[in-house]
Amino acid sequence: MNDHAWILLGLFMAMLLLLARPMGIYISRVMTMGNHESWVSGVEKAVFRACGIQRDEEMGWLQYALAVVLFNALGLLAVYALQRLQPWLPLNPQAMANVSPDSAFNTAVSFVTNTNWQGYGGESTMGYLIQMLGLTVQNFVSAATGIAVAIALVRGFARHSATGIGNAWADIFRATTWILLPLSLLFALFLSSQGVIQNFAAYQEVTTLDVTRYEAPRLDADGQPLQDEQGNPVMERASTATQTLAMGPVASQEAIKMLGTNGGGFFNANSAHPFENPTPLVNFLQMLSIFLIPGALCIAFGCIVGDERQGWTVFAAMALLFVSFAIGAIGFEQQGNPLLAQVGETEATSVRTTALSDGNMEGKEARFGIADSALFATVTTAASCGAVNAMHDSFTPLGGAVPLVMMQLGEVVFGGVGSGLYGMLIFAVLAVFIAGLMIGRTPEYLGKKIEAHEMKMTSIAILATPLLVLVGTAAAVMTEAGRAGIANPGAHGFAEILYAFSSAANNNGSAFAGFSANTPFYNVLLALAMWFGRFAVIVPVLAMAGSLAAKKRIPVSAGTLPTHGPLFVALLVGVVLLVGLLNYVPALALGPVVEHLVLWSTR
Amino acid sequence: MKALLRPALSLFVLLSVVTGLVYPMLVTGVARIAFPDAAAGSLIMRDGKPIGSALIGQNFSDPKYFWGRPSATAPQPYNAAASAGSNQGPLNPALADAVKARVAALRAADPGNQRPVPIDLVTASASGLDPHISPAAADYQLERVARTRHLEVKAVRQLVAENTEGRDLGVFGEPRVHVLNLNLALDAHAR
Repeated sequence: MNDHAWILLGLFMAMLLLLARPMGIYISRVMTMGNHESWVSGVEKAVFRACGIQRDEEMGWLQYALAVVLFNALGLLAVYALQRLQPWLPLNPQAMANVSPDSAFNTAVSFVTNTNWQGYGGESTMGYLIQMLGLTVQNFVSAATGIAVAIALVRGFARHSATGIGNAWADIFRATTWILLPLSLLFALFLSSQGVIQNFAAYQEVTTLDVTRYEAPRLDADGQPLQDEQGNPVMERASTATQTLAMGPVASQEAIKMLGTNGGGFFNANSAHPFENPTPLVNFLQMLSIFLIPGALCIAFGCIVGDERQGWTVFAAMALLFVSFAIGAIGFEQQGNPLLAQVGETEATSVRTTALSDGNMEGKEARFGIADSALFATVTTAASCGAVNAMHDSFTPLGGAVPLVMMQLGEVVFGGVGSGLYGMLIFAVLAVFIAGLMIGRTPEYLGKKIEAHEMKMTSIAILATPLLVLVGTAAAVMTEAGRAGIANPGAHGFAEILYAFSSAANNNGSAFAGFSANTPFYNVLLALAMWFGRFAVIVPVLAMAGSLAAKKRIPVSAGTLPTHGPLFVALLVGVVLLVGLLNYVPALALGPVVEHLVLWSTR
Repeated sequence: MKALLRPALSLFVLLSVVTGLVYPMLVTGVARIAFPDAAAGSLIMRDGKPIGSALIGQNFSDPKYFWGRPSATAPQPYNAAASAGSNQGPLNPALADAVKARVAALRAADPGNQRPVPIDLVTASASGLDPHISPAAADYQLERVARTRHLEVKAVRQLVAENTEGRDLGVFGEPRVHVLNLNLALDAHAR
């Protein structure tokens, strides 16, 4: 960590602290607003009447869960259909073909579940209509779904002796229209002022200054690459003096991609692409916009349960975990790659490079350098965003382990929009349960007694994702089709598979991107991991919200364990780390740990 | 379940139209009026023709130009229609081989240069379209470019300085040299 990195991290946390409270208060007001007359209420009245929604109708947890799953299933169908019908749809100037059934299914699940894992390259697969009407829409509504579920759980704590946990339609509509849309509009316009493109033009061809000479595979009459007897492609010399610039409505998608912790890039290189993330200033604001709503939701939680300290406690636990991991990631990347420090066979012919002093620059952009890239990597994986401004596959072993572990902790370090809060509250319930066992008292959280039903739901929600990750990884490692996706040899290859399943099941969406996942095997397996990683958590969370809402509130007494303050922060952090480590240490030892030891012993 | 279907369908259609059509069209409309150059890709024009984007790097291999970051896009480097990084892991032998070949190419173009090679000049960028190099990477190539163009080192150094940016607002990112603008300035200087 050099001075620049400390200043950057400090400034980032300061800005987040500054924005979290006003934003949190705003969110709590929007999500709990009544029906007093105003233009907002007028708009809602008209919309809800047209849609056949009873605004004041309270839903029980089961009805709420059905509504959420049904709404997301519709999204799944829509995104799948749009991709399959692409050649016949408008706004496709590059005449992109329809997407294969397995890839279209994977992408549809991916965007509906707020994962935004991408097996395809954006600018060479998706026309503008799909980017907008398919993917951008899901960026909004999947994030709104997360907010809705989180608020429903918070209502479970805030209410007592109640049968309902809110109205799913009203919650999704309000989160989209009054929270995500105005923020995205502002951010998109800022982005486009800074150079993020926003147009519907065909790709722009330009004449370059220098001629590019390269080797390309020779194609046969059908456009397929020719192969020699050994099965290697036959290469031929080629040259070009032009460059084709990909275009599109990028800024509008970029804004919600960050604010909704979606992370699906318009382009293959995601936020490393200069048209998505042109300057370090934009980069900083992109990082901030990832954490803005997840951070603010902690405060909204405190406001709704009527004790802001509860919200700040959750926020503090998240911030503590985040800052420690960010310092690690920046430090590890700054160490560089010892194998590149000296290039050449013999002492006499070898050439020195600045690999150790300048850090690990493979897969990073010069404008961001080490600190701004490693911080972004921590932010994007602490939150379940998954946008990348550097290629995590090329990170140092331990630098790459930071994003991996951040995902494996269950996306609760700020986490996804909504999903971070409900994930962390599940851990808070577990923490009071464990503390209750230690001090011999009935566990309670926010005045609600935690009983067998709540602990069952907590266990399902916490154990579903590790199960998906570890079983999925094992299945992939043991099959030919699974091993075929590996790009890098050795322990890193195992880490690529582990990363893919950690990312999918925790709905992050970033990747060790050398990994070839666009095959029927991975498209289907990862889609299943994403779907169940999302809804096998959401459904138990809503079930718990329902049972909590029905409970009476116990008044605070001398025997109540306070769930605010440093002691509870430490307890919460401890539980998150403990569960994460118990689940994943053996798998991590086989991947990044082995790779780290090999790297520094072979120098 | 049936009672849920109508609200689900109508809300989905409504939000799709608002967030998937109205919102991006609105942003496009405002951006086109307020920031026309940026929205269209920050194109650089020379003699009325587009010769690149100020944000997207180009491939340079002629010794008279400053070279940019290596690019892993396929099939040709700096393919701005298919951005990509190399995704080579730190222990991948292909990474060490690639770096070795790039170092060899730099040395072949400038045999007398004994200084350590700046690492950003021999490692592939994340996007494959990186428009910048570090000031150290520009400095490393200065004498080669000056010699090839029969220019004074001082004059070239001046052009490099003019195309160097510091950190944004003094705190964000890294100082960097814009390779395409620098090479355009060199060509303009020669005219």
